[in-house]
Amino acid sequence: MKRLSSTFMPSNWLSRAQRWRKELDLQSTNLIEVCMALTVVSQIFPKEMIPAILPLVEEKLNHPKEIIRRKAVLALYKFYLIAPNQVQHIHNKFRKALCDKDPGVMTASLHIYLQMIQENPEGYKDLTGSFVNILKQVVGGKLPIDFNYHSVPAPWLQIHLLRILSFLGKNDLRTSELIYEVLDESLRRAEMNRNITYAILYECVKCIYTIHPKSNLLEKAAKCIGNFVLSPDINLKYLGLKALTYVIQQDPKMALQHQMTIIECLDHPDLIIKRETLELLFRITNAQNVVVIVEKMLEFLQNSPDDYTTIDLVGKVAELAEKYAPDNEWFIETMNTVFSLGGDTMQPDIPNSFLKLLSEGFDSVEEDRKLRLFAVDSYVSLLQGETRKLPQCFLQVISWVLGEYSHLSEDHNRSTVLRLLEKLLDMKQTSSETKCWILMAMTKLCEGTAGVCVAQQVSETYISSMDTVLRQRAQELQHLSQDSELREEVLPRDSGLDPMEIDSSLSFLDEFVSGALAAGAAPYKPPHQRQEELAEAKVLSLEPYGLALPISMSSCSITDRHSPTPLSMSSGLSGDSTDVSHRAGLKLDGVQRVWGRDGYLAKKESVEEAAPVQGLTPVHSPSLQNEGDGSHSQTPTPTPTPEPDREKEQLASSLFFGVSSQSSVCLMGKPDSTFNRRRKAKVQAPGVTEQLSSSVAPVSNAVDNLLCNNLQDSNINSVSAASSKQTCELSPRVPAANGTCNTDCGLPESDRKRSNLSISRDNGLVDADSALSEDQGSRSDLCPSSYLPAELCGLYRSEIAPLCTAHSLELSACHVHQGDDMILIIFISNSSDSQVLQIRLDLKSEQLKVTCVSDSSVENIKSHTVAVYQYSLAVKRPGVDVEVDGTLSFLLPAGTPQTKHFSYKLPLTAFIRPLLISTEEYGTMWLGFSHEVKQNLTLVDDGCEPLTFTLNLLKNRLQLHLVEIIGLEGILACRLLQNQPCLMHCRVHAGALAVWLRSPVPELPDCLVYHCQRVLQEK
Amino acid sequence: MIKFLLMVNRQGQTRLSRYYQPVELTKRAALEADVVRFCLSRNKEQCSFVEYKDFRLIYRQYAALYIVVGVTDAENELSIYELVHNFVEVLDKYFSRVVSIMFNLDRVHIILDEIIQNGHIVETNKSRILAPLTALDKMADG
Repeated sequence: MKRLSSTFMPSNWLSRAQRWRKELDLQSTNLIEVCMALTVVSQIFPKEMIPAILPLVEEKLNHPKEIIRRKAVLALYKFYLIAPNQVQHIHNKFRKALCDKDPGVMTASLHIYLQMIQENPEGYKDLTGSFVNILKQVVGGKLPIDFNYHSVPAPWLQIHLLRILSFLGKNDLRTSELIYEVLDESLRRAEMNRNITYAILYECVKCIYTIHPKSNLLEKAAKCIGNFVLSPDINLKYLGLKALTYVIQQDPKMALQHQMTIIECLDHPDLIIKRETLELLFRITNAQNVVVIVEKMLEFLQNSPDDYTTIDLVGKVAELAEKYAPDNEWFIETMNTVFSLGGDTMQPDIPNSFLKLLSEGFDSVEEDRKLRLFAVDSYVSLLQGETRKLPQCFLQVISWVLGEYSHLSEDHNRSTVLRLLEKLLDMKQTSSETKCWILMAMTKLCEGTAGVCVAQQVSETYISSMDTVLRQRAQELQHLSQDSELREEVLPRDSGLDPMEIDSSLSFLDEFVSGALAAGAAPYKPPHQRQEELAEAKVLSLEPYGLALPISMSSCSITDRHSPTPLSMSSGLSGDSTDVSHRAGLKLDGVQRVWGRDGYLAKKESVEEAAPVQGLTPVHSPSLQNEGDGSHSQTPTPTPTPEPDREKEQLASSLFFGVSSQSSVCLMGKPDSTFNRRRKAKVQAPGVTEQLSSSVAPVSNAVDNLLCNNLQDSNINSVSAASSKQTCELSPRVPAANGTCNTDCGLPESDRKRSNLSISRDNGLVDADSALSEDQGSRSDLCPSSYLPAELCGLYRSEIAPLCTAHSLELSACHVHQGDDMILIIFISNSSDSQVLQIRLDLKSEQLKVTCVSDSSVENIKSHTVAVYQYSLAVKRPGVDVEVDGTLSFLLPAGTPQTKHFSYKLPLTAFIRPLLISTEEYGTMWLGFSHEVKQNLTLVDDGCEPLTFTLNLLKNRLQLHLVEIIGLEGILACRLLQNQPCLMHCRVHAGALAVWLRSPVPELPDCLVYHCQRVLQEK
Repeated sequence: MIKFLLMVNRQGQTRLSRYYQPVELTKRAALEADVVRFCLSRNKEQCSFVEYKDFRLIYRQYAALYIVVGVTDAENELSIYELVHNFVEVLDKYFSRVVSIMFNLDRVHIILDEIIQNGHIVETNKSRILAPLTALDKMADG
């Protein structure tokens, strides 16, 4: 027996479970054995074994001994928790258990009912009467005396029943009416001075404020809360505050009644009480009392004990400041404190939304100017003070603001600001990321001879930095400081709201590319192809280049004479790329020499390497800097009054100002004030980062492309006049694109974002009301596959892959082939015990068109349920792999908004289908398609028919259609979903398979070749 | 809902731990150390409920023994506080001497499993909590 009783978490629990099953199987007459087996079953049990054991457990429901019946019910409860569908047929047995003559069995069944009612209160309204009756009997002392605890009859049972009743009576007058009487009775009976009766009272109060309100009960509940809050017992005081926090969401006037107590609690020596009081105040904040409440919160933060509280409170302060800030000065100062206190641990969206707010501004231009001006002034004075303790993310904010808006200030000329920034650069605490921000700011500011001088000096220092991003910034600074015209163009002032145009097709390079090709340059090769060849070319000694990956990459592209642009720029002009690998060995030496002599390599490297790292969104190092700084002194302090009582009263009046007059909507923390604009800015924040990353990609492409074209030129050693001219024209574009991009870090133009937002509203949030209702509100086992919509079951689908987790939410996804549609299914499972509110799912992809399939929307996900979102995918721009980026935003039970980014990658092959055509049709189509790729693939030899075998392999793996095989040649055809064809012509040549692919879609042949290569290599 | 229950001595050593939500073994030690440090640092005048990350701790001291329960935000703290006391009363009823508790941890586990299952309170009636254990003892004797 000890074996069973000690620790129940062994690694070999499965085998043990089987042993217990045998014990049950034995139908042991030994009561204890059965009892222990059931105890174990109700605690840990593998889901797969439920069917085997369920009948045995059900049988035990009729056992003469109450203890066995009780344990059987608990075992069923466990089954219900892990696999609700498997016990659906025995719901009537639960009812039987509820009516069991033994109170213990009845109590056990309540666990199942609480769970079921929580999920679907509508389904059990008919039981309200029974629950009320049970509670009445319990309260009335009808239970045997041994159920009493400190002479209170079964207190935990009462609490349990009260919880069930509050779920049933919520928003339902008729049901609530049934409950009023028993609540009244409970309140009356629980007047003993015992802790446990207070626990019952607390539950009663919560119930009264949850169900449909009734005035005399509300009064009594209010009195109860009053007693709690005023109690000298600190535990009761805590509970009272907790109740009050809950209650004021329904009735903000309650706070007024207890304002003096709340004030006292604010000064309570116990931090827990203080914290709870702040939580309460957070919920009654409005535009009138925000200043005082935020001040109290910041005060608490200054001696905050732990990181978790700091992060939480800093978020709340930032939220309140954005929502209700009375004026600019206050807002900036509060945010300064938030940044310096929150340090680098705070949520990254706080600085993001702050910067966005600054750049987008409000309705009035003058007001915006003042806000920005004030920010600049305050930062300059901050930097003039002690800067060593400022957190990195605050420094980043400061440098951005100074770079962008210093010109507004007449007091500080640019050189002053530049010098301050330079000082920051020299600090050893400054991280290299922050240094990048600072260099960016300097780039915007370097004007006049003094500025240029400083800029040159700084860029000299960092131009040889090991950090590639830093080096890139230094390069930019150096070049742009010398060329003021270019700088004006690249970094236009006040451009925050102008839409930025990005030519992602890089059409401006077309002429250049054709020029280069005419001069004999090799055509473009996509990166994956180069990578493959690189792998093949391993025999070549690349050591001299092996400094860093990007460098060796660039040298490889030199040898292969192909530009590493991800975009298929020259796909229409492909030359014979298949034999490059044969020549590579010869070229290498020459290439190396040329570049070594010219000294080009170093310069180009720095540009190229830095290019991919664009999104300068703040990444926070985990170091926490709680220490305050100069800005603290700037926070408003109340004027001290001599008498302490008077002071308190004053505080009270300022704290609760507006609580009575304001509408409750505002008090419940919903944005409803003149400053809600700030709020909006915050909501949009997730879109920003997304936008940013997507706009960045083409830029790096541009750099990449330009660079490689340059390389080609010199490589060929026949730089035509035309193409060199082109290079000159082009080079400004590179920093230009980079520059604007970074300037806009965290705040691209608003229009696009707004449209984004609306799109995501429209097509986000598909829900799965259907999926949820299928479940019959039953308790889920949270296994996503069981939530697959019925119409998609049985279709070919990918494995369900986990995407991300955020708090209690778990995202997973899979894609399903539904005829000509590709369906992406996202499961969000909530494994916590509380409901998660305001869920929004936004999907975006550069390469795919994402449309949502179902149109109802789930805002909230109940505890232990899974919501299913369906999207249909179509390829916009093919890539080797296509990726969907998504943002999940939701509200925690505590009310803090959260966002989480994720991405889902699927291979292009998922979208490939066979194209059924005849050889004649193939012939006509072949001539009509312009984009062609040639490649030599390995021939897989199975002994007799290598060509047939290889083609069949490709056909089966990639879903191609094998049109015909004639002698040593074979033709295949496929289409990308939405009918974009791609044709493939294969010929056996010198032991290899020479493949031509043609398609009207530029990128498609490249990608397909890549997948063919992969398939054949795997073989 | 109850997340875990710990019995800790004044030196901060865990005597018994029971988790009702999966926590990785490696993380348990850190969590326990953290939780104990939190509770031991508080004095008698301070609140017996502590916020810890996103959940609450409820602790009660019995001589040199601390019992700490971690619960979710929605739980009624005071009822758990009293549940701890109920648990201790049951232990008191079963074990004649306090010292024997630490030498019979398997029995403490049996008792605990009768009271809490899957993070919910399933039995609070003292005689019923002890019923299986008394039967076991009888079997061992007989």
